[in-house]
Amino acid sequence: MEKHVLSVLVQNNPGVLARISSLFGRRNFNIYSITAAITNDPMITRITMVVDGDEETLQQIIKQTQKLEETIEVYPLSQAKSLHRDLLLVKIGVGEDQRCKVIEICQVYEAKIVDLSVSSMIIELTGTPDKIDRFLLMIQHYTMMEMCRTGVTALERG
Amino acid sequence: MKLTGAEIVAEVLVEQKVDTIFGFPGGALLNIYDALYHYQDKIRHIITAHEQGAAHAADGYARATGKTGVVLATSGPGATNLVTGIATAYMDSVPMVAITGNVATSMIGFDSFQEVYTAGITMPITKHNFVVHHVEKLADTLRDAFRIASTGRPGPVLVDIPKDVTAAVAEFQNQPLFVPPPFPEPDEENLRAIAALINESERPVLYFGGGVDASGAGELVRALCKKAQIPACHTIMATGVLSYGEPLDLGMIGMHGNVSSGRAVQHCDLLITVGARFSDRVATDKHNFAKGAKIVQIDIDPSEINKNVNSDLSAVGDAKHVLSRLLPLVEQREHPEWVGQIQEWKKTLDPAPADSDTKLKPYRIISTIARLAGEDAIIVTDVGQHQMWAAQFCRRTKPRSFLTSGGLGTMGYGLGAAIGAKIACPDRTVVHITGDGCFHMNLNELCTAVTYNIPTVTVVLNNNVLGMVREWQTYFYGRRYSCTDLDRKTDYVKLAEAFGAKGWHAETPAEFEKALSDALAAGGPCVIECSIDRDENVYPMIPAGATIDEVIVD
Repeated sequence: MEKHVLSVLVQNNPGVLARISSLFGRRNFNIYSITAAITNDPMITRITMVVDGDEETLQQIIKQTQKLEETIEVYPLSQAKSLHRDLLLVKIGVGEDQRCKVIEICQVYEAKIVDLSVSSMIIELTGTPDKIDRFLLMIQHYTMMEMCRTGVTALERG
Repeated sequence: MKLTGAEIVAEVLVEQKVDTIFGFPGGALLNIYDALYHYQDKIRHIITAHEQGAAHAADGYARATGKTGVVLATSGPGATNLVTGIATAYMDSVPMVAITGNVATSMIGFDSFQEVYTAGITMPITKHNFVVHHVEKLADTLRDAFRIASTGRPGPVLVDIPKDVTAAVAEFQNQPLFVPPPFPEPDEENLRAIAALINESERPVLYFGGGVDASGAGELVRALCKKAQIPACHTIMATGVLSYGEPLDLGMIGMHGNVSSGRAVQHCDLLITVGARFSDRVATDKHNFAKGAKIVQIDIDPSEINKNVNSDLSAVGDAKHVLSRLLPLVEQREHPEWVGQIQEWKKTLDPAPADSDTKLKPYRIISTIARLAGEDAIIVTDVGQHQMWAAQFCRRTKPRSFLTSGGLGTMGYGLGAAIGAKIACPDRTVVHITGDGCFHMNLNELCTAVTYNIPTVTVVLNNNVLGMVREWQTYFYGRRYSCTDLDRKTDYVKLAEAFGAKGWHAETPAEFEKALSDALAAGGPCVIECSIDRDENVYPMIPAGATIDEVIVD
């Protein structure tokens, strides 16, 4: 299935996120990732969603989301015309012997080591989802203790 | 002026021209009911037997009039009992405002007595819902609820009010009624393109649904049919929009629609869709529905465009408004060959319904009701075989005169809705057609009809089985009648009398005709039980997922 990034501007009301996810549940739309936070206007929340589906499903998702009373605007963000960012925090189990190799990978990817202990480190990386996927491939041989990604947040260029 | 939240509720209802509400009291509503006590001369409150009945009554009231129906229920079970009624209204785009009480703000979240997350439960079955946390926001929230329920594609809106908000005091000022802005003008180029398709078409068919009723576009649909000689079929939701027997009226389309309608759609070169949504009960096989045709779709809800069946051209807007702009662009046309072909199909494909002078047949029951109750009567149904027979044979000739749960298919809808419709239209005859399965679900509302002396006539087609499910078992489950032979021992006459209504039992057409005449003249709630055979089936029937080619006619 094709993935699409949607930017959804909604009124910053209690329960608005539940309303969006309830709609997606009811309509059998699949959310791959979702991020939500208020915008520069505190009355407005921006929800960035990555959704699965063909073009017809995408159009239904947009129309059904647009139909909600609290929705202000819904628009797809294409790779070419927008900036997509995902944040990764990953804790890997590495001791002194392997530390240098990991730091080397981090330098190439411009990832930050934000916590370091005798047997583990936490790495922070911001980038496109692709870049994060590639970074995760590079470090897959190390013991991955815990990991989290925020999911995509995105803005239109220009 | 300073008012309590409860008084604000009453004031906004009056402001919104609401004179009748349906409901059931409870702890969380004590303040609101105390306010209603003081507003008795302005707001009539009908207490039903059960909140579900109240919701269906508000729905019937709304469908019969086009006005927004209002239902009031308490927290917890009161609110959950509304759920089926709200979902019924949602699926059929019925304007409704449901007001629910809830536990006080300070009690929310602690599993307090009669606490339930009403907003969460009703989120997917309302057009929108609100929880009012501050009394200052109550009046505007209620106004928003009425605006949202009645504009665009109508639907139910729920307002949940914690008890402390109904007790708190705020400044209140009456506001003028919301006036919807004029409809945006449809794109001229697009309309010309649609008109060109209609003008070029050799075999057009109009397919219209509840949206035509909702926007009051019946006259324009008729005008379009006549001007370009377009045969028209309708969904169950639009029964009565085109007068029964009009030459271009193909009747109902869909699973139990006319075979000739199905054939016409199958062979048309243009399908003009107005206020209909290609539901799976119409477009039984959506990939092959009107397959050879170009499709035009006119709907007020953009999300309906290309939802089930893709259209070649579409116009988003109010049916009446769009049709009024489209009609002048449509040329006067005649399609003698096409209309002749359809007339031929009508003659050869649509089987005459089974009838008898000695044994009560569904066709005879419904056509007797249609004849005796008259053109002006409102027919309300429950769901199942009787509903389909009613739709096929009730010969409605006016909009808003056939009330039925089309989308959700709610068994038990009818009696509450009939009560609501009769209260809304006291001068019109209201006949509730039901089956023994449906009637048992919500017959408790007979007490409401009796208490308020609402002369609804309930006709129970009693086949002693759950006929529609059984019919599917007959055709698709090798006659394994699992749990559909009810054989209840209910004495309907005694039951009616126990509630304080009048009851009849009919075995023959003559007995039924006599009973119905008496019931229509009785001036109070009546129940007539009609015994019919358990093997009566609804024909024609297109199996789910199939096309008109696989229709079962006997």
